[in-house]
Amino acid sequence: MDYETVIGLEVHAQLATRSKIFCGCSTQFGEEPNAQGCPVCLGMPGVLPVLNRMAVEFAIRMALATGCEIASRCRFARKNYFYPDLPKGYQISQYEEPLATGGHIVIEMDGKKKRIGITRIHLEEDAGKLVHSEDSGLTDESLFDVNRCGVPLIEIVSEPDMRSVEEARLYCLKLRQIMRYLGINSGDMEKGAMRFEANVSLRPRGSTRYGTRVEVKNLNSFRAVLRSLEYEVQRQTKILQGGGSIQQETMGWDDVREVTFPQRGKEYAHDYRYFPEPDLVPVDIDRKWIEKVKSELPELPTARKRRFISQYGIPAYDAEVLTTEREIADYYEEALQVGADPKAVSNWVMGDVLRELKARGVSPAEFNISPKHLAELVNLVSDGTISGKIAKTVFEEMVKTGGHPREIVEVKGLIQITDTGAIEQVVEEVLSENPEEVERYRGGKTKLLGFFVGEVMKKTKGKANPRLVNEILRNKLG
Amino acid sequence: MPVTLKDVENIAMLAKLRFTQEEKERLISQLSRILSYFEKLNELDTTDVEPTSHVLPIKNVFRDDVVTGSLPRDQILANAPDQWMGYFKVPKVIE
Repeated sequence: MDYETVIGLEVHAQLATRSKIFCGCSTQFGEEPNAQGCPVCLGMPGVLPVLNRMAVEFAIRMALATGCEIASRCRFARKNYFYPDLPKGYQISQYEEPLATGGHIVIEMDGKKKRIGITRIHLEEDAGKLVHSEDSGLTDESLFDVNRCGVPLIEIVSEPDMRSVEEARLYCLKLRQIMRYLGINSGDMEKGAMRFEANVSLRPRGSTRYGTRVEVKNLNSFRAVLRSLEYEVQRQTKILQGGGSIQQETMGWDDVREVTFPQRGKEYAHDYRYFPEPDLVPVDIDRKWIEKVKSELPELPTARKRRFISQYGIPAYDAEVLTTEREIADYYEEALQVGADPKAVSNWVMGDVLRELKARGVSPAEFNISPKHLAELVNLVSDGTISGKIAKTVFEEMVKTGGHPREIVEVKGLIQITDTGAIEQVVEEVLSENPEEVERYRGGKTKLLGFFVGEVMKKTKGKANPRLVNEILRNKLG
Repeated sequence: MPVTLKDVENIAMLAKLRFTQEEKERLISQLSRILSYFEKLNELDTTDVEPTSHVLPIKNVFRDDVVTGSLPRDQILANAPDQWMGYFKVPKVIE
C-alpha cells in the first residue's frame, strides 16, 4: 500500500535578548560554566521572577510575521517535572492562554506555494545544560551548567500540515529566515538557537484520518530533523507494510547512530500538572502595543523578493538568493544606491561575494569590500575602463586590502587599452611571430582565433579590450 | 472524590517521593479529605466569576532588557552537594 507522511513540528527558538526572561543574568553564549546565575534562575526559594518586556515584544514580532491572532490577555503556567537541568522542578511556560494562535507561513517547493498552519506561539524559559563529559571520569553523574537556564524561548507549534520530509525541511528553514529578518533569533544552530520536536505519522494515501503518531524529541540541528524524519518514515512504513501497527510513543534521536529509540515512559510521563504561575501577573497586549511593533517590523523575505523582481527587474532566482539573508539583501540594495546595473551587481553578489563571505566566515558588515566599492567596480566594467577579466583581479585585491577599485586599477596600471592603434600594433606583432598559425587560419582553421586573442591578451597583460581585439584580428586575418 | 492507592502512588512517583504502605494509607485519607473540601467549594455558583490566577489586580509588570549581573561562581555553587570543574554534579539521567 502507498502511505502518505504527515508531519507536525514544534520549534523552540531562543530569543536574542541581552538578559534572561525573568532575571537580569546575561544570555551571552560561551561563558564559563555557571557564570550566569542568580537566585531567580537558580530557583532559590522566595525569589520573584519579573518578565523581560523585550522577550514579549520579540514574540509579538513573530506572531505578526506569521499572521497569528495575538491574545489580548495571556498568562504563564508552571509545567512541573523533575529533571536535573531544571533547578526549580518546573518550567515557566504558557499553557491554556498562549500569546498567539492561528497563523501560517508559506513555503515554496518546485515553484509551488504551500501554507503551513501555525497552531500557537508561546513564551517560555529554557532549561540549563547537562554535560556528559568523558574527561570528568564520571560514570554515574552528569554535569550541570545554569547559564542557559532562563534564556527566553518561543515555542512555535505547527499544524500537522507537512506531507514530506522536504516540506518539513523548508518549513524549518523558512522559520529561521523569518526570525533572522525580525532580529529575534541568531539562527546559530551550533549554539542551540533552534531546537525541534517532530510528530510523525503515516496513513494510507487518500485517507483523511490521521494515523497513530510518534513524537521524536532532542533534535538539535536541521540535519537531525531530516535524518530522524527519514528514519521514522522508513521505520513506520516497514511496520505497516508488515501488517503491524504503530505504537504511540515518545522517541529520542541518537545523533551518532542515526536511529530513533523509545524513551523510557517513566521519565517522560506526560503529566505535567500545569497550573497558573502565581509569581507572574497576566500580560495584556493592547492594540497600541501591537501597532507600535507592527510599524517597526522590517520588510519580510517574501515581500522583499517580490519587490526585488519588480523594482530591479532581476530574475526570480536572483531575488530568491539575494533575499535569503537580510544582511545580503541589505548589502545588495546599498550597492544599488550608488547607481549600478542591478543584474550585474546581482551576479557579483551571488557569485564572488557570497563565495568569499563563506570562505572567510564573515558577515557582509565585516567584509572588506563595501557595497559602495562593489558598485564602483561594476561601473568600471560597464563604462569600459577595465575588462570583466581584469575586474576579477581587482576584486581579489579589494578582498585582500579593502582598497578602492579605481585606485587599484590606477596604481596597478590595469586600465583597459581601448586605443585601436595600440591594439593594432600588438596584433601585428602576434601575427608576424606566428606565421604558421596565420597560414592555417587562412586555410580554414578559424578556431585558431581564440589562440590569437590569447596571445594578444598575454602581451597586454589582459588589459586590451576583448571586443576590439576580436574585431581587429578578424580584419587583419580576413 | 475517593482517592485510590493508585492515585497516591502516581503522585508520589511524579514528585519523586517514596512512602511506606502505612504512609500511603494515611495519604489516601488525607488527600480524600482535601478533595472533598474542594467538592464543597464546588457547590458555589461561579458562573460569572473569572478564575483567579493571581491574587492582586495588577497586570503587565515588566523589566527592561538590561543585564544586571550574576552571582559570583563560588556563590552559585555554594549549595551544590558536589561539583566538578565549576559544574554541579547531578545524578546521571539515562536516556
